[in-house]
Amino acid sequence: MAAQANVSGADLELIDVRKDFPGFTALDDMDLHIPAGQFFALLGPSGCGKTTTLRIVAGLETPTQGQVLLGGKDITASKPHERPVNTVFQSYALFPHMSVLDNIAFGLRQRKIADYEKLAKDALNLVELGHLGDRRPQQLSGGQQQRVALARALVNRPSLLLLDEPLGALDLKLRRQMQIELKAIQLEVGLTFLHVTHDQEEAMDMADIVAVMNKGRIEQMGAPEVLYDRPKTAFVSKFLGQSNLFIGEVTSSNPSSVSIEVGGHKITVDKKRAEKHTGKIAIGVRPEKADFHETKPKLGADHVVIGPGEIIDIRFTGVSNQYLIEIPGVGEVIVFAQNIGKSPEIELGAKVWVSFKVEHAYGLADLPDGTEEN
Amino acid sequence: MAFAAFGSASPTKDSGNKRKGGPIVLALLLPGLIYLALFFMTPLVNLVVTSLESPDPTGAIGAYFYDFNIGNYATVVTSYMPQILRSFGYAFAATLFALAISYPVAYYIGVKLRSRPLLQRLMLTLVIAPFFISFLLRTIAWKQLLSDDSGFVSLLHATGILGQTQFFIGSDAAVIFGLTYNFIPFMTLPLFTNLERLDVRLLEAASDLYASPRKVFTKVTLPLSMPGIISGTLLTFIPIAGDYVNASRDFLGSSKTSMIGTMVEADYLQNWNYPSASAMSVLLMGVILVLVTAYVRRSGTEDLL
Repeated sequence: MAAQANVSGADLELIDVRKDFPGFTALDDMDLHIPAGQFFALLGPSGCGKTTTLRIVAGLETPTQGQVLLGGKDITASKPHERPVNTVFQSYALFPHMSVLDNIAFGLRQRKIADYEKLAKDALNLVELGHLGDRRPQQLSGGQQQRVALARALVNRPSLLLLDEPLGALDLKLRRQMQIELKAIQLEVGLTFLHVTHDQEEAMDMADIVAVMNKGRIEQMGAPEVLYDRPKTAFVSKFLGQSNLFIGEVTSSNPSSVSIEVGGHKITVDKKRAEKHTGKIAIGVRPEKADFHETKPKLGADHVVIGPGEIIDIRFTGVSNQYLIEIPGVGEVIVFAQNIGKSPEIELGAKVWVSFKVEHAYGLADLPDGTEEN
Repeated sequence: MAFAAFGSASPTKDSGNKRKGGPIVLALLLPGLIYLALFFMTPLVNLVVTSLESPDPTGAIGAYFYDFNIGNYATVVTSYMPQILRSFGYAFAATLFALAISYPVAYYIGVKLRSRPLLQRLMLTLVIAPFFISFLLRTIAWKQLLSDDSGFVSLLHATGILGQTQFFIGSDAAVIFGLTYNFIPFMTLPLFTNLERLDVRLLEAASDLYASPRKVFTKVTLPLSMPGIISGTLLTFIPIAGDYVNASRDFLGSSKTSMIGTMVEADYLQNWNYPSASAMSVLLMGVILVLVTAYVRRSGTEDLL
């Protein structure tokens, strides 16, 4: 492995890529740039076009229009076997008629690399399966197969490694373990990783940059912390974690903040944290940033207070309690309270006020589906 | 065992399973066992016994007595050597042609037409369609189509492929053509059954791992379709080696194209030489068994079955 440790990844660029299938558009004029050496995650629900994107990069699908550039070179027209790109498939796609070691050596042998046997063994050791080289893939467990698939792709030291939900078939514990290993390997080999997943935790945990996809488009792209802290669309705010959204007409605005009125309550957001400043807008806050009180709290202008409402559901999840509060005129609000032993003795039906800091709120560019635009 | 090649994809289990048995299993097996004893074992034993008989001392035609005349085998081998070699030569050639034609067809129906099930079923029906008409009639039809005054032969004469005094019917080529034509569905169907299950994601994985389309075929598609190829070639080679219709002079052959089957038919029905016909049949069976066993062993497909 040391012999080729200095090989590093290349940057990937998609320019105006579109893919039409009979009857629907899987990708809609997509632009994407992934810098070399990044761990990049494409996150989205099934059918959002993330796997199509990956297949276009791998060359398994031809875009209807647009360009794919790898390391500055246009590879749109090249065949899959001509691209310095390898894929870890969701189904693993290990060759059943070959031993584990032959599976890993396959790519090296196709490229006529002389010491393929040694390199393949090293790769197998890297994924800690050195003792299973003679087995057939179908004799291995799911987790072991996944690691073989990873080794089979990594051993080629591709400029870009594509991961198509490779952890999806594993159980939770194994998945967490593989996530840590995968991240460690990526840091060690310095390749560019493009990881496709519908698991938001996995994406946030592993990736340097996450792009949230919906209906063939990228809704928002950025570091996981930024995406979580400041989602810009209703879709992102709901898909990445949970959100309380308040929708209303802008009633007052000053140079630093924007306020809407919902059910007689004034909800304020920092102007620089809001995408839209006029008309009907949606303001959101994360459930763990909200708090509730049994008496009406006396808080300054840097807080939003709404209520009173009624607790209609309490759920115990271990690390936190999740409270569902129905506020007349506003709707349901979720509040997470951390389980640190001092949570108030509160019961279903209790009358409470909800508060959060204005600086934690965010204003969205669009409204959730099903909301009327006036 | 060679016949395992026809079996399903279930792995061969060790016969060490003692718990299976008992009266119910036996009762269920009994009809099959009786059938095999009556219609397979009895004729087989009868055939072997007949093959060792000697001619009746009175010299009566068609009369023989029980004996242990191994000489019958030496006689048929020496006198029918050309027919034996020809049978296996034809069978080999026709099997190869059938494979070369069937593989692309089966691949197209089984893999390319997956997304269009209706068309797939239609094409499959077309493959089997010839069976709706007796193969004797179809073979006679070919005899007409390829007869000496047909357009096909005129074309061969005009292009100089055949000399003016040469004709197609009665040639080796005509018999091999007939054999290939008649047995193609037996090749196509097992190949289709196999290729229908081919996981195309493996082909994508291979091309992702730098294999050119040709390499994808030789390294992945072909090895994975070996069970289909083995079944198909066995299902064609074995009956072709024993065929006596196509090579017969009443159909596509001539006296120069007779095969083992032709000789068995002649000895049995015309010459009433039952020991000779039987010895020939036993010999054919033995040679096929040896060839097929060696073939299945060598192709090393046990772990794919």
